[in-house]
Amino acid sequence: MKLLLVGEYKNGNIDDSFYELVAFAQKVGGEAVAFFVAPSDIKPEFNGKVYVADVSKAKEYNPKVHRDLILKVAEKENPDYIVLSHSSYGWDLAPRIAFKWDAGQISEIVEVSDEGFIVPFCNAKLRRLLKSNTEKAVLTLQSGAFAPAKEGSAQIESVDVDVQDEGLEFEGFEIVEKGGVDLTKAEIIVSAGRGVGKKENIEIVEKLAKALGGELGASRPVVDAGWLPPERQVGTTGQTVAPKLYVACGISGAIQHLAGMKKSNFIVAINKDKDAPISEVADVFVVADLLEFVPVLTEKLSS
Amino acid sequence: MNVLVCVKQVPDMESKFTVSSDGLWYDQSDLTYKINEYDEYAVEEAVRLKEKLGDVTITVLSIGPDRVKEAIRKALALGADKGAHIKDDEAHLKDPYQIATIISNYAKDKNFDIIFTGMQSEDRGSAQVGALVAEMLDYNCVTTIVDFEYADGKVNVKRELEGGIKAKVKANLPVVLTCQLGLNTVRYPTLPNIMKAKRKELKEFDVSEFLNVEPKVITLKAFVPEKKKGGIVLEGAPDEIADKLIKILKEKAII
Repeated sequence: MKLLLVGEYKNGNIDDSFYELVAFAQKVGGEAVAFFVAPSDIKPEFNGKVYVADVSKAKEYNPKVHRDLILKVAEKENPDYIVLSHSSYGWDLAPRIAFKWDAGQISEIVEVSDEGFIVPFCNAKLRRLLKSNTEKAVLTLQSGAFAPAKEGSAQIESVDVDVQDEGLEFEGFEIVEKGGVDLTKAEIIVSAGRGVGKKENIEIVEKLAKALGGELGASRPVVDAGWLPPERQVGTTGQTVAPKLYVACGISGAIQHLAGMKKSNFIVAINKDKDAPISEVADVFVVADLLEFVPVLTEKLSS
Repeated sequence: MNVLVCVKQVPDMESKFTVSSDGLWYDQSDLTYKINEYDEYAVEEAVRLKEKLGDVTITVLSIGPDRVKEAIRKALALGADKGAHIKDDEAHLKDPYQIATIISNYAKDKNFDIIFTGMQSEDRGSAQVGALVAEMLDYNCVTTIVDFEYADGKVNVKRELEGGIKAKVKANLPVVLTCQLGLNTVRYPTLPNIMKAKRKELKEFDVSEFLNVEPKVITLKAFVPEKKKGGIVLEGAPDEIADKLIKILKEKAII
């Protein structure tokens, strides 16, 4: 068994998700080598060979170029699996590699079993056990599913960037302004989700946040709908928080949201849907319509 | 300009899901269906492009049993011009590679300039089909877009990364773009447009016309996960459970 781990180099660092790939490789067993598009002087804590393609030539986002560089390494190493994180980088790149490599792809693996790989579906309410119908496979791993494992030091080997793509041009990054809100410093966060139903109802959640002396947060649908500004968003694409108390009001708990708040010390979820995935992380799950329940709670806390 | 939008019909994710009798998927009966949320943004973006440029024909495609015609009709009511229903009662058992093959075989001789679709489906969530279609058709592809603009024969998009960062990308046509939530604000269909949509072309094809490959991934079984954490569940009258919750928070010295 041999694995080729595709790590990510982000904002000047090796992204920690790489060590989740390393942990996965340990779990599956066998030999592992790695690949990065990064500066040549990176030092991953990994016992094995690491192929590095120069980021100044290959660019941070240039999927066809990255794909071809990975395929070049795959041709040399002949791995059974090419493994990536199920991140914006990984889910973009994995199908492109799988197609050219003539292999199946299994997305967002959360667990390994003797028969195959387990992935969530239907907003994590169900799971499927999948196996590849091809000898080789491309795998993406759910962020946080495998506890990171750091090893020793790697042997770096550079990969020539001799491919290009005229069809697409990466023009740089844009960073969302944080505004005045730093949720990472809040001790108590009360977040509103899709369950609030409409913009006017945000006030109900905001009043609870005030009564608890906390900050108001939001899940993605609330921000997308324009009910609250992006700097209030908790989750993978927003802020990652770990307050003393997190109250999720009408939030179902998509993985992207859970990843941003599950390390909170104490989690209260208020939701009508008992099966909502937020129940997986909730210390207290209140089965109720937030529009009825939250005003009652706020009233009692204020008096 | 010739635009294709691929939409999937999915159940409401708030539904109660149980495993189907063959043990491979969820039980599809007694569920409320709608257009996959990511694909709604794809439809809306295509319609906005048509409103801006005028000379745009939008075809909306969906694969699945007869009920997916409702999703196509809705996209037609939102402003798409014609529909293609690829009938397949077993679509849920196809892997992403097969679904992408069906779409690319349908699209290959139609010269689409832009193909919009969602970055993933709400039910399966593999996030593979869009990029696979691009590979099969040898189109450019940008996934997870949250901003779109067409100018001078190119598309300028922003793709969403983690932690509030976006990558700015310029791509040549033809291109496949997969849409992330929040790309735009999706309109509601008006009654006159719903009536008009009923008269728009909706062609039906049998899936056998476009599917010529075996799956690359096989489902061994679907199952309900064990609950990881046994938190306290509070149910009952709001007044009583609010008291109980406050008591717990005080005992834990949180408030």
